[in-house]
Amino acid sequence: MAANAALIGFDTVWKSYGQGEAKVHALAGVDLAIQRGEFVAIMGPSGSGKSTAMNIIGCLDTPTAGTYSFMGIDAGRLDRNRRALLRNLYIGFVFQGYNLLPRTTAAENVELPLIYRGAPARERRDLAMQALAEVGLVGREHHTPAELSGGQQQRVAIARAIVTRPTLLVADEPTGNLDTARTHEIMELLTRLNRDLGLTIAMVTHEADVADYAERTIRFLDGHVASDSSKLEVA
Amino acid sequence: MIWETVRLSLRSIRRNVLRSFLTLLGIVIGVAAVIAMLTIGSGTTAKVKSDIAKLGSNLLVVRPGRPASTGGPGGLDQAVRPLADKDVAALVAHLTGARAIAPASQKQVRVIFGTESLTSGVTGTDSAYLDARDWKLVSGRPFSDSETRSGTGVCLIGETVRQQFFGAGEPDGEIIRVNRTSCKIIGLLEPKGYTGFGQDQDNVVLMPLAAYQRRIAGNRDIDNIYVAADDRTPTTELQPRVEDILRDTRRITPDREDDFSIRDMTQIADAMASATTTMTGMLGAVAGVSLLVGGIGIMNIMLVSVTERTREIGIRLAIGAHEKHILIQFLVEATVLSLLGGIIGILIGLALAGLASAALTIPFAPSPAVILLAVGFSALIGMVFGFFPALRGARLDPIDALRHE
Ligand SMILES: Nc1ncnc2c1ncn2[C@@H]1O[C@H](COP(=O)(O)OP(=O)(O)OP(=O)(O)O)[C@@H](O)[C@H]1O
Ligand SMILES: [Mg+2]
Repeated sequence: MAANAALIGFDTVWKSYGQGEAKVHALAGVDLAIQRGEFVAIMGPSGSGKSTAMNIIGCLDTPTAGTYSFMGIDAGRLDRNRRALLRNLYIGFVFQGYNLLPRTTAAENVELPLIYRGAPARERRDLAMQALAEVGLVGREHHTPAELSGGQQQRVAIARAIVTRPTLLVADEPTGNLDTARTHEIMELLTRLNRDLGLTIAMVTHEADVADYAERTIRFLDGHVASDSSKLEVA
Repeated sequence: MIWETVRLSLRSIRRNVLRSFLTLLGIVIGVAAVIAMLTIGSGTTAKVKSDIAKLGSNLLVVRPGRPASTGGPGGLDQAVRPLADKDVAALVAHLTGARAIAPASQKQVRVIFGTESLTSGVTGTDSAYLDARDWKLVSGRPFSDSETRSGTGVCLIGETVRQQFFGAGEPDGEIIRVNRTSCKIIGLLEPKGYTGFGQDQDNVVLMPLAAYQRRIAGNRDIDNIYVAADDRTPTTELQPRVEDILRDTRRITPDREDDFSIRDMTQIADAMASATTTMTGMLGAVAGVSLLVGGIGIMNIMLVSVTERTREIGIRLAIGAHEKHILIQFLVEATVLSLLGGIIGILIGLALAGLASAALTIPFAPSPAVILLAVGFSALIGMVFGFFPALRGARLDPIDALRHE
């Protein structure tokens, strides 16, 4: 019953690449549940399957075997256009490399997901401005990525991820390219979004002090969940 | 959403102005060629038709020598029996359904007035010639019957001859020298302009046939007999009657072929008009090939564009773009690109056609239908050749695309 109510549910999820001898199991029977409103850090050594899991969580990818359910929907068995719709409606993405459209202003980048919702231009503009204000980028709306610092670019990316008021934010190493000061600014922003908007956040990180911002840390090892600890339980 | 996409594609075209322009070259050249061809072609057709109309409507022209179509020796053959006065006389006496019957012989001859000289087409004929060819006089009078009979040295001149010798002055009553004989100008012919082949129809001197034969040709041969049908008689009906009468007077036994030919100018007009249509059609097809090349250029550049923007496509897909959004984005971009080429091509094509029309003195006849068709066709090329690259972009896997460098 608890698993059913979860926002994200992995039921013995496998993800395999390649054939025969060369076959690699990026995920080898992962069971996992994340509730609405949680802030989860995912850690683990390189190649342990963190990004693979995140791609499935974000409905970008589907399991080779097992069931992935998102909001109670069997998302692992949806076609790519339906998953695109799920992403557009409920999921925001933040990447390590920002992934903003080049030569496109901050405001236009933030508007992008709204375009695919068919929102009218005025509404898009207003929502984009609001999202940029929420990430503290007032006055930079018309700058292109090339004119912004790494931290600012990541803020634009976060604004773009939250402009649709998603249920889930998927962040794969969001601070991987940032210095310590910028890292903490971004983490404070994410924490605030989690607390104020009730945004569920799943975040991959290699740094323990980044993971500290999350309430819960899941450690991956060789495609398995090696440990799963919550601050509340520890305390 | 569509407007958004059009703006987006204009932006990406602007970003690579040179590359976009080079890509467009094929379409531009293709469309320009098609437009120029069709516009010049329809001008030429109009010109040919009006030329033939100027030659005289419902006109049959009899020439000595077997019809070329039977494969016999043509008009250049020495053995050809010329047409003679009695042939004309027989037609005048027996032919029904004709409005005018006129003999004519012609030659390029040097014409002199004062110190000026000009090589001109001198025709010996009678006053029925003007009627047969629907040719009017601007001033003066036609040959009188007695002038025709006696071969008096009088002549009618065309506008080009007038201009050459008299500029703004009056030619009537002046004496010009035609091949060492003098000739008094009694009238000025209405201008007819150039033929479609660039021949000046106004560089002519008409004189009585007898005078021409005696003083210029030195023989009594007749080169052509013009027979104009009256309003009730189609040339197709008149032609066999002319043939019968001529076979009779020329004593051609039934087992032998005609030693003369009869040309129907109306049919020639139609044939020439359809020939120009075929010509422009063929040239249009050649130009169409360059459109195909242009289309392949578009496909190529769109494939490059999709590859270059793989990461962008990945971002858009991750953010929730449907396959069709990506498809439409690149399809619109390809269409805008080739439409741009089409419009540039149309402008260049019209400019070329305008220049050519002025040079060839044919009417400049741009057809809105052809222009619309060219616009539609270039848009279609963009869609057709843009489809495969766009589909390739739309089908990308978002994870792979995001990983793309
Ligand atoms: N598309 C793919 N094809 C083949 N193997 C893959 C593919 N994607 C991932 N893998 C393999 O799956 C395993 C897990 O990869 P994953 O990207 O999930 O690791 P990760 O935990 O995110 O590592 P890192 O910390 O370096 O980002 C690795 O062994 C990787 O080589
Ligand atoms: Mg990774």
